[in-house]
Amino acid sequence: MNCRSEVLEVSVEGRQVEEAMLAVLHTVLLHRSTGKFHYKKEGTYSIGTVGTQDVDCDFIDFTYVRVSSDELDRALRKVVGEFKDALRNSGGDGLGQMSLEFYQKKKSRWPFSDECIPWEVWTVKVHVVALATEQERQICREKVGEKLCEKVINIVEVMNRHEYLPKMPMQSEVDNVFDTGLRDVQPYLYKISFQITDALGTSVTTTMRRLIKDTLAL
Amino acid sequence: MELEIWCLEMNEKCDKEIKISYTVYNRLSLLLKSLLAITRVTPAYRLSRKQGHEYVILYRIYFGEVQLNGLGEGFQTVRVGTVGTPMGTITLSCAYRINLAFMSTRQFERTPPIMGIIIDHFVDRPYPSSSPMHPCNYRTTGEDTGVTYPSVEDSQEVCTTSFSTSPPSQLMVPGKEGGVPLAPNQPAHGAQADQERLATYTPSDGAHCAATPSSEDTETVSNSSEGRASPHDVLETIFARKVGAFVNKPINQVTLTSLDIPFAMFAPKNLELEDADPMVNPPDSPDTESPLQGSLHSDGSSGGSSGNTHDDFVMIDFKPAFSKDDILPMDLGTFYREFQNPPQLSSLSIDIGAQSMAEDLDSLPEKLAVHEKNVREFDAFVETLQ
Repeated sequence: MNCRSEVLEVSVEGRQVEEAMLAVLHTVLLHRSTGKFHYKKEGTYSIGTVGTQDVDCDFIDFTYVRVSSDELDRALRKVVGEFKDALRNSGGDGLGQMSLEFYQKKKSRWPFSDECIPWEVWTVKVHVVALATEQERQICREKVGEKLCEKVINIVEVMNRHEYLPKMPMQSEVDNVFDTGLRDVQPYLYKISFQITDALGTSVTTTMRRLIKDTLAL
Repeated sequence: MELEIWCLEMNEKCDKEIKISYTVYNRLSLLLKSLLAITRVTPAYRLSRKQGHEYVILYRIYFGEVQLNGLGEGFQTVRVGTVGTPMGTITLSCAYRINLAFMSTRQFERTPPIMGIIIDHFVDRPYPSSSPMHPCNYRTTGEDTGVTYPSVEDSQEVCTTSFSTSPPSQLMVPGKEGGVPLAPNQPAHGAQADQERLATYTPSDGAHCAATPSSEDTETVSNSSEGRASPHDVLETIFARKVGAFVNKPINQVTLTSLDIPFAMFAPKNLELEDADPMVNPPDSPDTESPLQGSLHSDGSSGGSSGNTHDDFVMIDFKPAFSKDDILPMDLGTFYREFQNPPQLSSLSIDIGAQSMAEDLDSLPEKLAVHEKNVREFDAFVETLQ
């Protein structure tokens, strides 16, 4: 089974990074979350409810829908905040990307650790631009809003292709498929990572890794 | 104007491979989530957030063929999702309008106001246009019909309205001295003659009755020339703002003042823009107004008793709901007209400047003497600051 990969690109102003990333991540997670499973006897289960709420962006003319889970929101905001700080500190051209990866755990025998097998990866590439005048910022607000609308439509189209999704697990295997740690919502197991790229498009971390490997090889 | 059409179709193409009900259930719930996400993304969503005062958004549910004609040109379609079920295939799609600039041309039409705007006779219209002015349209019926106003003492104050095709103007009342007596005019197009306010007047010096009503343009010109000729009369002057058809510059103003009004001397007598008057010349205090002014507002519709009729003007900020320019809510034409002729700053007018300069120079030696006496106090003060 191959991992499905989707790439989205956005060009935003510095202060819009956080909201744009949250908008995309929340929209994806909205589709990849369910209510908490309550298992009953005989292998049946019922699914709890999940609320939704609108989020209006302050720096973008855009509104997105997210799952009504403050825990999930906090977790995403933490990661996006780190990404934003890393982008700001990197200087350079302000290029970076975040990856949201949905995976399944496969139990392995001891002493090998569990294997994480991704089945869907969403990559969002961000290009930060700097604007000079207030009018440009106003135009950027609207343009980025429109772009995010297009991204949401893209996400929805991909989601509704109904391609591979992990099977609904039995009670014993729920943790291999879903993240059961949250109190009010149950998304598929996911992890978020980010990279800051320099102008050449290569990631800074991979460059460092290459340097170290080269020195060790000598 | 149709904004969006959401279409839920079910055809008979059954997906027999899907037998497990929870798969169908999960896909349908995914479709529902997608529906929620897409509803926030269409252009009409932002309109729906702003609805209430100027417009409302309604909906209609119908079966059968989808009618996409009302969406205008260039509408876009989004296929939200498809779910195959053992009974058939469900498809959800949305077609939405792109071009929301609907009312951009309607501002220039003479449409009656949606809300009950009370427009006084002497108030400038916000949208000058080529069609005749009928301020009386918006008065409640039965009010002010044929009301005449008593002449005041021996003045020849006249209350009249002039209807003209030129930009809106406010007519004035001649003062005791050197004012311009005006003959009551028939409205240019005669449509509202029954509601026109007339007043009796007696010309004090038999001066220049205004031109015949047949040509309000010439009357405008004659008034303007009269106005210019009238001396800078301190005792009693009246606001006269008028931009006649054949006049290059906005007309003179003569402020309504009496000795009771402070700074009457400094009221600008130069040309001023009609719109700027309330800002440059704050309304006079009520007790200084002439009785005529009081009677002008006696109908109570304007509510104010101030001598400045601009208090009665209800400024409606017209923001067309579907206008393209969100950044500048004002109509560009209005904006340009309003700011084409900025008011002359009172501090920059030569008379006032010269007067104050002369006074300043005269009082300078005295001020210096006083300051020299208080030198020690000033020094002590400066030391406390340090």
